[in-house]
Amino acid sequence: MLNLDQYSSLGAALRDALDRWPNETCLIESDRNREKIRLTYSDFKDLALPLARALQDAEFAAGDRAAIIMTNQSKWLISAYALFHAGGVLVPLDYKLSAAEHLQLLAHCQAKFLIVEYHLWRAIMQAPGFENRKLKTVLVTEVPLRADLAGAYRWEEFRRKGDPVFVPRNRDDAACIVYSSGTGGRPKGCVLTHENYLEQCKSLTAWYPFWPGVRYLSILPTNHAIDFMVGFIGPFVCGACVVHLRTLRPEFVRDAFVRYKITYVSLVPLILKNLERGLRTKFAELSSAKRFLLNRMIAANKLLTRNRPHVKLSRRLLSQVHGAFGGELLALITGGAFVDPSTLQFFYDLGIPVVNGYGLTEAGTALTLNDLKPFRADTVGKPLPGVDLRILNPDADGIGEVAANSKSVMSHYLDDPELTAQTIADGWLLTGDLGRFDETGHLQLFGRKKNMIVTEGGKNIYPEDIETVFDGLPVKEYCVFAANYLWPAKSLGQEVLVLVLRLEQNQEFNEALKADIVARNRRLPDFKRVTGHILWNQDFPRTASMKIKRTVLAEEIGKTLDRATAVVEL
Amino acid sequence: MSTPDQTLEEILGLAAAHFKVPREKLAPDDDFFKSLGIDSLQTLDLLTKLENHFHVELPDYELQGVSDFRTLAGRIQARL
Repeated sequence: MLNLDQYSSLGAALRDALDRWPNETCLIESDRNREKIRLTYSDFKDLALPLARALQDAEFAAGDRAAIIMTNQSKWLISAYALFHAGGVLVPLDYKLSAAEHLQLLAHCQAKFLIVEYHLWRAIMQAPGFENRKLKTVLVTEVPLRADLAGAYRWEEFRRKGDPVFVPRNRDDAACIVYSSGTGGRPKGCVLTHENYLEQCKSLTAWYPFWPGVRYLSILPTNHAIDFMVGFIGPFVCGACVVHLRTLRPEFVRDAFVRYKITYVSLVPLILKNLERGLRTKFAELSSAKRFLLNRMIAANKLLTRNRPHVKLSRRLLSQVHGAFGGELLALITGGAFVDPSTLQFFYDLGIPVVNGYGLTEAGTALTLNDLKPFRADTVGKPLPGVDLRILNPDADGIGEVAANSKSVMSHYLDDPELTAQTIADGWLLTGDLGRFDETGHLQLFGRKKNMIVTEGGKNIYPEDIETVFDGLPVKEYCVFAANYLWPAKSLGQEVLVLVLRLEQNQEFNEALKADIVARNRRLPDFKRVTGHILWNQDFPRTASMKIKRTVLAEEIGKTLDRATAVVEL
Repeated sequence: MSTPDQTLEEILGLAAAHFKVPREKLAPDDDFFKSLGIDSLQTLDLLTKLENHFHVELPDYELQGVSDFRTLAGRIQARL
């Protein structure tokens, strides 16, 4: 791999990667069973440079911000490289957000340029507030003939001949602005520098290297910190290959493992569980003789991989299982949300290690990872090289807030010094997550100090952000909380949101009110919905400026009510 | 070509059969995540089923932001 210490920016490192491995395949894109694109590093460069030149001709300058809203595909990475080459700051937005949310974040980050897929642009064009956009240039991919683009350009045609100027950046310049959450009240735009990414990449690849010939299947959205690092920067600076699928239907994902002999893949816990369910069903359908044999092989594999994985041996013992994953899989990578230890153990026992880790957007990608020496299903691993972790104010069990100090920790939240000061104190990132170290140096997580949840799909949901959907609800006042914030639980998983209602005097919780709440709730994406409500019979404590004192209210509710009886399912 | 109402009716029938839910329990404006008790991955399965039935190719993004049968029917109808 490239020696990342010698580079001052992602653009510089990637530029060298394109020249270092000209004939290696860097990108494969497949739609269902049809392979659409296969690019070498040299082909990639030939596609990216004319785009960089066209951007510069359109007055895209050093430090300018450009957003990308796209599903995982080759044009995502080509565009990102072109932006870095031209010295830009990339704002990768979650394509699963609504068009209104996209507009809100585009305004917040003051992006001048936008690169977007047609179906998403179509939705943005129809969203309220579209006419107030401040975007200077919009490039849209895969536009049908005769489509109205509202002044945008076709990505495929936006290219100019002639070498673009490579614009150098310093290590402490912003590389990306990544929204960790928040479109409702307070968007949290994490400003991550070139240094953050280069250092993070160095420490991740020290434990889990890529090399030419490795094929990484990119399923997590590329806007997500994990895929951006292990599905773009990491493989590219090592000459490896990224495989994109245009559909996430389980049957095509399964085929892709085999067709492309995948080496690594990152999955959110939801998909990991789904894979486990599928395999368990298949095992249950085996004849009793075959099942007996399988169980014996699994038992033998468990014994032989007790201290560390022996992938080659496991492949021989459990050849059919490994064959279904293409036969060259080294590890599944997961993180970003709570993973059930039994799921991790299930895969490990089959000889497929799951590299479980812990991280947050504010810390680059990951802070800890399982080093598999030996495998532990009950922890999120050890701090990565260069990451210093502390447990603040530990209780009698050693559990306290996890704080991190590392060169991968973000610079600040965009335009929010107050929130930055609350989050980074004396160089330490306060994660808001509760954990402790065991005697072997593994970090175990136990819950959250903050009012938020992380879904099984890896999404951070801040209750404040979804309250607007209940605006005008005919009650005296309301508020949304993470249930685990009201009743601190020393566990993660199955995190839910609850709506706290303070009714008017003599008002009753009736069917009409319930129907109103249910209807409003359904306007939210499924993963953002509240699952139950709580009736609270006192006025909410408020500040002088009439903001709800959430911490005080949460504490009062937690002390007064019992979770089991107070939360009524919707 | 099916009318929008026919398309909607066919979708409800297919969804009920695929996820083994009585047809009468499903209504056009129902949230299919809730009424079928499925997650977003399982809805992709439903999409495959619908593709085979209507002989159209539906990109995954057709499901983005859609959670009720009526809107889903509209998306499919547009491709028939």
